[in-house]
Amino acid sequence: MVTSTPIQSQTLAETWAQPLDQTPVLECRNLCISYFVRAGEVPAVVDFNLRLMPGEAHGLVGESGCGKSTVALAIMNYMGKNGAITGGEILFQGRDMRTMTAEELRQIRGSKIAMVYQEPMASLNPSMKIADQLAEVPLYHEEVSQADAFERSREMLAKVRLPDPGRIMDSYPHQISGGQQQRVVIAMALLSNPALLLLDEPTTALDVTVEAGIVELIKDISNEIGTSMIYISHNLGLILETCDHLTVMYSGEAVEVGRINDVFNRMRHPYTQGLFSSIPVPGTDKNARPLVAIPGQLPLPHQRPTGCNFGPRCGHFVSGRCDTSAVPMVSVSGDAGHKVRCVRASEIDWTARTVNVTQREPVEVGDVVLRVEELSKHYEVQRTGLLLVGETKTVKANDDLTFRAREAETVAIVGESGCGKSTFAKVLMGLEDATAGEVFLGDLELGQLGVRERDSKTVAQLQMIFQNPFDTLNPSHTVGSQIARVIRKFGVETDPVKIHQRVLELLDTVKLPREFAERRPRQLSGGQKQRVGIARAFAGDPKVVIADEPVSALDVSVQAAVTELLMDIQRDNRTTLLFISHDLSVVRYLADRVIVMYLGQIMEKGTTEEIFSPPYHPYTEALLSAVPIADMSVTKRKIVLSGELPSPTNPPAGCPFSTRCPYVIPGTCESTPPPERVMSAGHAIACHLQDEHLRAMQPVIEIDDTPDPPPEPELLPAAE
Amino acid sequence: MLNLILRRLGIMLLIMLVVSMLLFFMNEGDPKLVARSVLGPFAQDQQLEAWIQQNGYDRPIMVRYVDWLVRLSQGDLGDSIIYKVPVNEIFWDRLANTGILAGVTFLVMVALALVLGVLAGIKEGSIQDRVISFVSIITTSIPEYASAVILGGIFVFWLGWLPGTSSMTAGFNPVELILPVMVLTLYGFGYIARMTRASMAEVMTSQYIRTAVLKGIPYNRVVMRHALRNALIAPFTVIMLQFNWLLSGVVVTEYAFGYKGFGALLLEAALRRDIYVIEACGIVAVFVAVTTQTIGDIVYTYLNPRIRFS
Amino acid sequence: MVDITPTRTTTPEPIARPPSTMRRWLESIALLRESWVGSIGAVIVLGFALMAVLAPLIAPYDPNLPMVPFAFPLSAAPDGGVFWLGTDHLGRDMLSRIVWGGQRVLIYATVATMAAYIVGVLMGLMAGYFRGWTDEIITFIANVILSFPVMVLYVLIIAKFGASGANIVLAVVFASSPGIMRIVRSLTLDIATREYVIAAQTRGESSWYIMLWEILPNARGPLIVDFCLRMGYTTITIGALGFLGLGLPPPDPDWGGMITETRSFVLAGFPHMAIIPAVAVSLLVLGFNMLADGLREVALRD
Repeated sequence: MVTSTPIQSQTLAETWAQPLDQTPVLECRNLCISYFVRAGEVPAVVDFNLRLMPGEAHGLVGESGCGKSTVALAIMNYMGKNGAITGGEILFQGRDMRTMTAEELRQIRGSKIAMVYQEPMASLNPSMKIADQLAEVPLYHEEVSQADAFERSREMLAKVRLPDPGRIMDSYPHQISGGQQQRVVIAMALLSNPALLLLDEPTTALDVTVEAGIVELIKDISNEIGTSMIYISHNLGLILETCDHLTVMYSGEAVEVGRINDVFNRMRHPYTQGLFSSIPVPGTDKNARPLVAIPGQLPLPHQRPTGCNFGPRCGHFVSGRCDTSAVPMVSVSGDAGHKVRCVRASEIDWTARTVNVTQREPVEVGDVVLRVEELSKHYEVQRTGLLLVGETKTVKANDDLTFRAREAETVAIVGESGCGKSTFAKVLMGLEDATAGEVFLGDLELGQLGVRERDSKTVAQLQMIFQNPFDTLNPSHTVGSQIARVIRKFGVETDPVKIHQRVLELLDTVKLPREFAERRPRQLSGGQKQRVGIARAFAGDPKVVIADEPVSALDVSVQAAVTELLMDIQRDNRTTLLFISHDLSVVRYLADRVIVMYLGQIMEKGTTEEIFSPPYHPYTEALLSAVPIADMSVTKRKIVLSGELPSPTNPPAGCPFSTRCPYVIPGTCESTPPPERVMSAGHAIACHLQDEHLRAMQPVIEIDDTPDPPPEPELLPAAE
Repeated sequence: MLNLILRRLGIMLLIMLVVSMLLFFMNEGDPKLVARSVLGPFAQDQQLEAWIQQNGYDRPIMVRYVDWLVRLSQGDLGDSIIYKVPVNEIFWDRLANTGILAGVTFLVMVALALVLGVLAGIKEGSIQDRVISFVSIITTSIPEYASAVILGGIFVFWLGWLPGTSSMTAGFNPVELILPVMVLTLYGFGYIARMTRASMAEVMTSQYIRTAVLKGIPYNRVVMRHALRNALIAPFTVIMLQFNWLLSGVVVTEYAFGYKGFGALLLEAALRRDIYVIEACGIVAVFVAVTTQTIGDIVYTYLNPRIRFS
Repeated sequence: MVDITPTRTTTPEPIARPPSTMRRWLESIALLRESWVGSIGAVIVLGFALMAVLAPLIAPYDPNLPMVPFAFPLSAAPDGGVFWLGTDHLGRDMLSRIVWGGQRVLIYATVATMAAYIVGVLMGLMAGYFRGWTDEIITFIANVILSFPVMVLYVLIIAKFGASGANIVLAVVFASSPGIMRIVRSLTLDIATREYVIAAQTRGESSWYIMLWEILPNARGPLIVDFCLRMGYTTITIGALGFLGLGLPPPDPDWGGMITETRSFVLAGFPHMAIIPAVAVSLLVLGFNMLADGLREVALRD
């Protein structure tokens, strides 16, 4: 099955990759990169190979700490003062970059190799106008006049589809939105028509509908200009949309390389497989096809095991074979250029689902626990005018929200930044008073009842899980004392011994070792901290738990484990879960009912089934289309929204979505708030479009249910 | 922008008002003490009473305060008790002298500190960084009164290069300014230098500097055009605050070198309870400090486009 | 001092006893080994502290006893001993005066700085956590005080209330607590947005519990550094007041006062009398500054 020696595979790959006399744009051979810290040398990337042909888009995918960004910075030869290339070579258009002088490097950077960064705001100089920052590129790489440089910058801004390039040229970075900033950075990178474009998580900091626009732009660039690209991302779905080849990295090593088709359909590394099993794709379901998390956690760079780095977490691990010596890359027979770093790649039965997944019975939901009636939360923002007091503006963070949640039910609240989902959580928790409307927990009205006025039983019944694992626990106190405080505060137990006992039980519940009670948060990984956060929320036996993006900051493989844990506990306690998220994939996977919000208003609500299939609200439709899906059997209808999210301080007068809606009815949508159209019991859409128009919508996502295609022999070198 | 300036000026005015109240109540709150200060320790109670009535100190305190404020705004600072002349006659000369000392020091100190700070911060952890940082830690540890004695020992006693006092008895002599300026600069520059260094080092590791380098711009341009301006925004506030510190140091330094400035006048007045001089010195010192801070805040906003346009 | 945790004493907590403040301090000090600047600073400060504690044992003579005037360092004393640092114009042993003066400075600096910290931390927590009017008022008061050049403020206060140990402490508290307030306020504003603080709010904890138990312990890093710097600065201030004749009344030794009494003899050929206390002040301040620098460096690494 698998070619036995790496040498043989090399020749095979070469015949495939070099059909004519083309030199690769970039080639990394056995690249090793280390950081030198006080503790000694920390290898960041080991034995990394990459060959990028002109016009090719290559994805680098992996979780945080896998070394993917390090590779990008090494290609740029920008390693900081403590990073260094310790072995191998990087050939750019056939020349070894390590032998170049500083001046030669300078001439290549920005002109032949350009980079786009993760955080556009931080990557632009805050005190320089965008025009000046762009014009520098032609000015310092070509003999052009100032006027020409500005003119070209303006043209490039138009090419990256920025409206009103003249205004943008004259702005400072903070005056434009994040999506616009990223377009500026892309324009800057393209100004000198580079041979190689490095994109380091270019959309991670952006909202999903804005991300879709940027991804569309990047795809068009690679089609039109033919620039070779290296696209770095943690998101397999994005790689699928943008690249034709990919490298999967784990713990400083490439573990699988190949064409997108081959890797997605015939993955041959246990890590790749684990990664795919932990992503919620449309086929997964919390009851019938639950996610499978990868056990364990990423080893620290100086604690990597001998042999296969993935060994300790691998289900196919065989002692004596996987942990003896460094594992070489081997070719997967049948797939050109498809290689994996696994000694057992040819032995494992890849078609079998490796882990026995326990299917669960769907849970019967109970009575209504939480009722939200026409809830509004408005803020008065004072715009400081002359002499301290000026006009006040009203920000409608939440406007007229109505919904209910039942016992043991999961209700997801979905929306992008500024949609008011966090404000809603604050009102519910009693940190803010509602401006109008009511919230009932059982029979108790909470809208005007601050958390201090609630009795401890009510407080205990309504608890919250937070987003940021690095922030959710107090770094100064032990894990145990923080859980104990909750137990004591809610009066669950008063006797110190019993409190201690309860802390240990809660640690058991969230599957953490009992000795973690004595640990401090900084000794825990992100996923472990989120587990403690869950334990803390469930300490008082709550009826309703609000989870505010509880897994969005975690790595994919850890996300699955935490998500599954949260749902298990919810199931056992019959808790109502309000799951706040921007990630429709997760929502589709775990929610029973969904509420879609946009700028403080509910656009659509219904069961998960109803939300994810037509009729859609136009915003829901765009949102569904924007979410990248890491599944080749899924086809999506493209709807790319133009424009940016309006500022919540200055929303449109009528329908909040009217500024970006593809179906906008001029004269109506901008000025009149949309009516609520009830499509079926419980499924409501706030839109001016007529019922029949809504019902005529086509599905955005379609799943091709045929099983994974078998290896296709016709896809051999000759075909390329 | 205009809003901000007006707002800052409003706050400044409010602070000055409160400070004037504090000064007035502290010094003239008790009429008997005022009379005692003016008439001396041997005056009889009757004399004190008579003085109080003659000078209107039997009026309610708020009336006296408003009256004082009005006179102050007309430029009437009262009479010095020690010198028996209007405070105006001595005060402004002294203030001008201090202005010269502080001005020269400020220029020398800021120039030195910025150059050293930028040099240190440009390459964090380099030898030049370590040397500059270490030197500035040492110099900020030597207070003015210590360095006055130590430098006096070196330059006056051992080397005999410089005069030991700066009383300017034979007219203005720039040589007499050297030691006081050295003393003030030595203690003061390290703080600004360290702030500049920290700011520069932070900017040099920022992502937009990475962007600039990876755009292929020459290093000089990266430093001059991209780094410096951003790096100097933060130390700017520190530099403007330095006026406040400088006025503190001036009190000690003027005393140490017998320099006839405003600080020495304040000290003398305080020790001998010359209340009108104390009030004049206090109000002017605060005025100078608050004004520089306000200017500093406004210019800072101007320098920082992120605030300017929000 | 930094870690005010009243709940710890009132509620027994058998499960997970957080390490004591003492142990945390020891941990930080152990980390100092990694910074040579910090280590030197620690040695200097500890050296002076030891000198202050052991003053009765170290000082060879009564610091106020006139013996042989104008003796240079290392000259022989009439009783067969040695004037290691010489004597001053009144014939008092310089070493004894430095040692006793050091004790005085350290005691006053510590008491004054700690008192200023208590005021500054409480004000800063309230301003930063309650915000709104509380913040406006506290910040305005602080701005008024900070608008005075510090030394002018000291001169005004001491001139009005007289020179005494208690007044010096009060003046330092008055003049430096606004600065501490500002630091604590900005730290509090930042920490108050953390999710663990919101978690505490959502379970209905009292404001003071949140300020003292959830916020303050996490502000300790920058505050410890600032505390060291402020100790140095207070040392300078106490010396300056002595130098200006506003310090502790003579004859008891006081470094600033020693300089001012004897500095006229520098030009007369006896520089040691003024230079030795000047060096002593600078060295102690240097110790505090280096310690702060080292602690900051160590804190940044984590």
